[in-house]
Formats: sequence, structure tokens, C-alpha cells
Amino acid sequence: MGFGLPLAIVTAWVLARYRFPGRPILNALVHLPLVLPPVVTGWLLLIIFGIRGPIGSLLHDWFGVRLVFTTAGASLACAVMTFPVMVRAVRLSLETADPGLEQAARSLGAGRLDRLFNVTLPLASPGILVGGIVAYATCLGEFGAVITFAANIPGETQTLPLAIYAALQVPGSEAKAAELSMVSLLLAVIGLLLSEWIGKRLNVALGR
Amino acid sequence: MSLSLLLRHRFPSVQMDMAFEVPTPGVTVLFGPSGAGKSTIIAAAAGLLHPKQCRIVVDDQVLGDTEAGIWLPPERRRMGLVFQDARLFPHMSVATNLRFGLRRAAAGPVRFDDVVDLLGIGALLTRRPHTLSGGERQRVAIGRALLAQPHLLLMDEPLASLDSARKAEIMPYLTRLKTTLKLPILYVTHALDEVAQLADSIVLIEAGRVLGYGALSEIAARSDLPLARRDDAAALLLCRVVEHDAPRELSRLEGGGATLWVPLLDVPIGTERRVRIPAREVILAGLPPESISLHNIMPGEVRRITADAGRRSVLVEIGLADGALISRVTPDAIVRLALERGRPVLALIKSTSIEVLGG
Repeated sequence: MGFGLPLAIVTAWVLARYRFPGRPILNALVHLPLVLPPVVTGWLLLIIFGIRGPIGSLLHDWFGVRLVFTTAGASLACAVMTFPVMVRAVRLSLETADPGLEQAARSLGAGRLDRLFNVTLPLASPGILVGGIVAYATCLGEFGAVITFAANIPGETQTLPLAIYAALQVPGSEAKAAELSMVSLLLAVIGLLLSEWIGKRLNVALGR
Repeated sequence: MSLSLLLRHRFPSVQMDMAFEVPTPGVTVLFGPSGAGKSTIIAAAAGLLHPKQCRIVVDDQVLGDTEAGIWLPPERRRMGLVFQDARLFPHMSVATNLRFGLRRAAAGPVRFDDVVDLLGIGALLTRRPHTLSGGERQRVAIGRALLAQPHLLLMDEPLASLDSARKAEIMPYLTRLKTTLKLPILYVTHALDEVAQLADSIVLIEAGRVLGYGALSEIAARSDLPLARRDDAAALLLCRVVEHDAPRELSRLEGGGATLWVPLLDVPIGTERRVRIPAREVILAGLPPESISLHNIMPGEVRRITADAGRRSVLVEIGLADGALISRVTPDAIVRLALERGRPVLALIKSTSIEVLGG
């Protein structure tokens, strides 16, 4: 999440504001995890970030970092899976932001980065936060990509649905599964309500 | 000192080719129908548009010249820009909005407290933009532009989105701003009342060309320019109140090399006022009439006669000692008085037809 959001903002910014030759390809790449079966995404991550994969081997040899079957790996899988959701939310709010305000900021002497941080991003903040919260809630429920890439290790890479699935496999632990499902439901509802509430508060602050 | 601008640019539908030079400081109004090219000039001056050829010089300082390769981006140009919609930053307070340009500009002569006083926005500083009225918002936007220490203030129809009550509320601030700050202002509008109250110079623009430019008092009276053809055509004189005659309930004004008597004004002697004399209200005479209710008989000289065939009338431009009047008469009147260029003529104007504009 921590790494995903800034990257999502940059990607959304690029997709919303610039027209360049590789734009459709970048756009497709960003949205790929949305349409690809999660297991396939997990498998692709395994290929790329595995100890023998092109990036995974570099990480392992240079920094001694291993992503596969670790908590960090589970986070990476989640980040990749929720990336399209975040990019879409941020991009939507960037595109609806009034370009007239940026013109005003320019005429008042604000350069490109100055405008981005002091005008554009604050104005897009409701979309960014809502996108982040929804993405976080989705993360907790990630199944296919995580089980493929990071496996199902209790206390390390086990997400809620993985735990529920594991519980269902063991005869007699339906109660535990139900319990976990309730937790999952609660988290989802809280996440949605929170995003709604924060979005509303921010929009009031922005006078919309 | 002067402001000169040249702009050539080809749009898909129209070729723009405009140039003018007006004195500074003062308000120069760009006047013309929508799509004529007024906003193009503002956008080019602000640097938001990069025309094929453009040169802007204010008081011998070249602010942009495409030929010489001087074309700064808007953020480095120091042009104060006021839009039709105020475009205040909604996530900042009024004070933070005002300081936005100030914090990014080099030190300059415009001070925060002065601007707040001048525009009467002291009570608004902690408010959020969305809680302000349209007129208040526009005043804050003007203040914000001024505090960026601009070389030139560009105002693109700043009052067009306000109703007439809000307009009347903000107008006195604009007049004050104009007299207090020695800053050249380019002001776009198509409302003639704003022109009459604010303009020192005027540039008439139509279909990407400049039809005429110069001092407002000269251009307004030019019978060959489109202003004279309007229903509400009028001459403008810059006058000073010189005498109050309380028993007769009259005030005497002097300006444009003429003396005018108007119904008693409630302002001190010495006050400067703009006076509007509608073309339809100016009667022409060869000899002074006797025993008449009229107070104002001004000697002048016929400068130009232009037929307005569509309206079956003729526009006569009358030169005064230091100004001009315009009169709309019938073709028959021209024949009867044998009016022609260079002939002396008397302009008769009822005191009650003279419109003294607010300060």
C-alpha cells in the first residue's frame, strides 16, 4: 500500500495528462490485473520475482531480499492486484479537477511541481484517499495472487480469505470460518463507510 | 510611457492580425464582439497561448517578443491575470489565496495590507472561497493577482458573470484601484457601461483586426467607428466640478474644452467626473437660439460626417477645443444647416440629458 499509492498517483498523473506513443500499452498494463485471473497474476509474479526470475534474482543476489512466500511478497501481490483500482480512482479525480485553477496557479508564478503539490493533488485528495481505502479493503480479501505467489503461511502470508478457506478444509471448524467471515464482512463495511465519510468531509472542505 | 502590443496568429477559422499602442499607466479596454480576438490577446500576453508572432512592450520593457526569442512561460512572466470566474483555490482560505502569488514573487511595491484595504476584503481573510459571494470572490481574485507584483494586470471580462447589483458593488473598487496603483491594465469587456466608467484608452477589435484605438474620449466620438452606430452611442468627456449654483440648482463642469451645466451635484468642488453625452440628445445649430430652456451651447467644428443609411440618419463628429462630441441627426438636417467638414457649428445639449457617471 505504502509503495503502491505514490506509484499509482504518478501513473494516474501520466495517464491523465500526457499523450505519448506508449500510452495505450501502459494503460493496458496497469489494468491487466483487473481482467487477468488472479492466479495467473500470481504466477507471473512468481516468474518475475521468483528467486530465479529476472528481478527476483537481482533482489536476492544484491540485497538478499526474498519475496516469494514472505509477508513482503504477499504485500507485493496485493499492491499489484489493487493497483488498477487506485490508478482509476486517482485518474478520475485528476481528470475532473478544474484545469483553470492550474492556469491561475501558473499565472501566479507556480512551476510544474509546485502546481502538482499545492493545487492539483490537494484538489484530487478525496479521490486519492477513497481509492486508497477501497484498495486497502480489497487487499485484505486478496486470494488468488497471494496463494500463488506467497503461499498460505499462517501469521505470515495468510490473508483473511485464505484463513477462511483453510478453516473450511478442516472438518468441524465451520464456526471458525463463520467467525472469520464476519470479521471480513465487518472490515469491508467499515472500509466502505470510512471512504464515503472521508470523501464527503474532504469535499465539504473543498467547497463542493 | 506606453504599452504596445502586436499579435499575429492563424486559427482554423480566423486570421488574427492586431497591433496597438496606448499610453500608460491607465486602463486600456479591449472592446468587441465575442470571438473577435480580445481573449486571444489576454492569453498571449499571459503566455498561456504561444502565437506565431507576438511582441509586448510595457514602458520600454520587452515582456515578450517571439521574433527575438523572448517568450517566457506564464509562471515566469509576472502578468497578473483575473478571469471571468474568480478561480480561487477552494482548499485554501482567502488569506492563503491572496498570498499564493506574493510568496512566489520577487519583492515588489504592492503590499498585502494595502491591497486588503483597497479592495475592502479585510473581513474575509479567514473565510473559505465557497462561502463568499460572487463579488467578494472577484475582489479576492483581483487582490491575489495584484500581490503577485505584476508588470501588467490582465482582466478578462472580470464582471461578466456578476449580476448588475454585484457589478455596482465592485465597480467603485475598480475605479479606486485604477487611481491608486500606477499599474497598466488590459481589460476585456463587451459591456459599454464598464467602458464608460473605467477606460482611459480603448482598442476596438473585430474579427481578428483592430478597427481603431486611442483615448476613449476620442474613439467614442469617432463617427466612422462602430461605437457611434450603436443605439447607446455617446461622447465621453472627462470633467471637473468647478461651481455649484445652489439657488438655480445647477452645477458647472469643465472638461474637453467645454463648459457644461448639469442638475446640482452632491460632490465637492474639484471632484473629477466622467460625463456621458448621448448622440441622440445632441442638437446642432448654425446660430445661437434665443429664449430657450437650454443651458449648454457649445461651439465646435464639424470633424467628420458619416451616413448610417440603415437607420436613415447621419452621424456628425464635432471637435471641441480638447475633446469631441457625436450627434445623430437626419440627412435633412445636414442639408438645411449646410454642414460639411471644417464648418463651425453649435452643439445644444439639455442639462438633464447629460449623464454624470459615478466616481
